[in-house]
Amino acid sequence: MKRPELVCPAGTPAALRTAVEAGADAVYCGFQNATNARNFPGLNFTPEEMQASVAHAHDHGTKVLLAVNTFPTAGRFNLWREAVDMGARFGVDAFIVADIGVADYVKRTYPDIRLHLSVQAAASSPEAIRYYAREFGVKRVVLPRILTVPEIKQLAREIPCEIETFIFGNHGLMVEGRCSLTNYVTGLSTNMDGVCSPAADVHYDKQADGSVTTRLADFTIDSFAPDEQAGYPTICKGRYNAPNRPDAYYAFEEPISLNLSGLLPALIEAGVDAFKIEGRQRSRAYVKSAVSAFRKAVDSILAGQEPELADLIALTEGQKQTEGAFKTKKWR
Amino acid sequence: MQMSHPSDPNPARPGLSRFLPPMPLFLLQPILKRVVARVARENPSLFNRLGPHKTARFVIDPLGLPFGLLLIPNPEALTFRAFNRRDEPASDARIGGKFLDLLGLMDGGADGDALFFSRDLDVSGNTEAVVCLRNALDDVEGSIAESVAGMFGPPGRAALAGLRRLAAKKGDPA
Repeated sequence: MKRPELVCPAGTPAALRTAVEAGADAVYCGFQNATNARNFPGLNFTPEEMQASVAHAHDHGTKVLLAVNTFPTAGRFNLWREAVDMGARFGVDAFIVADIGVADYVKRTYPDIRLHLSVQAAASSPEAIRYYAREFGVKRVVLPRILTVPEIKQLAREIPCEIETFIFGNHGLMVEGRCSLTNYVTGLSTNMDGVCSPAADVHYDKQADGSVTTRLADFTIDSFAPDEQAGYPTICKGRYNAPNRPDAYYAFEEPISLNLSGLLPALIEAGVDAFKIEGRQRSRAYVKSAVSAFRKAVDSILAGQEPELADLIALTEGQKQTEGAFKTKKWR
Repeated sequence: MQMSHPSDPNPARPGLSRFLPPMPLFLLQPILKRVVARVARENPSLFNRLGPHKTARFVIDPLGLPFGLLLIPNPEALTFRAFNRRDEPASDARIGGKFLDLLGLMDGGADGDALFFSRDLDVSGNTEAVVCLRNALDDVEGSIAESVAGMFGPPGRAALAGLRRLAAKKGDPA
């Protein structure tokens, strides 16, 4: 049985060390700017921190994958070029990219460093993935969370590169790398500025009855009753009033997290090469719990044992979890 | 933006504290001052993650305690002091939760997003400042709580162990 790589998130050097200690095979992280899709305030790595963190990871046999997975606009390419150059200088093991310009730069400048295609590229068909593999030498594709396990198995037979799938965390079903909801509301782009629902535009208003209203800029996204679980303040997970609907409802998707603990054997059998845990914006407590749980589960499966699956529901958005489209296209 | 809550009737405030005379907080202030100075001295990189929010005024509301805390994480003029709930100062951001949950956040043992999802953590005001503070504290290696407890020797460490045992109990009221 093929041993899948466990790819884990790190938003800070402390989280990276936590992931390494908890058994990550690889850690993915980014710099403190728009070159990656978790450009949140106070998060990510300075160049000095990145250099020290890569050394720490390598000392412990863990790979570092640098996320450079946003889309540069005209006149801003230098920022992405610098990120790639620094990553190469610090010895990262792969670049995770979405933009073809960035991919081309890596291919031409650092042909010996692996290229992984970010989920932000939204490549889900054999044709699209083969294009990236052929033109840029992409070695691994991170699949959007829209395919069933049988579809992934079929895809694995038709593409010349490795497959990485998300197994835990955010359940993003928008066409990733194409979503402009945040841009529409705040003027900042998830895809070009790396920030979905910028915190500066997020407002929580507690009402006298204990309910909480969530706003992004001038738009009310949701209102949670005092005893109701909450979700992230993103437009795609908002609850809205709409014509022909008696009550407000989740028009796009619900606050819920992906948890594929129960599908790990099927994913390995389908030919998945790497399992990704989402959550660079989360704490090191999250990293420790999620990475430890999946390390144990994957090792049990590889040892031919029934995996012990830790209860991770407390970490999930809205305290709900799903196997999403991986289980069935009728998941919702 | 600054918020003012001088007459905010916090429904989660312990009932009795509303009718008690103000606590003599002067005993607590020098301890808090030492605590924040120690944390700042041991973790100078913490301030980098705060970016433009070093001068933000954070009110921390440990539900169940008869006082609140004001934090201004400005390395040039660090402020960490307790206030009586009747005299809540103006703030840029407000963070409320059970004391033990807040301790867990400081300790690297709890996940802020998870506490928010379960509605055990209330945030209002400048969300960006709160996110920066959360990320700054989360990057502190080891346990801030242990470091602080260590300042008070064996009694401090014993008190922290007791608090952690309490936090581990289900349905703790703190």
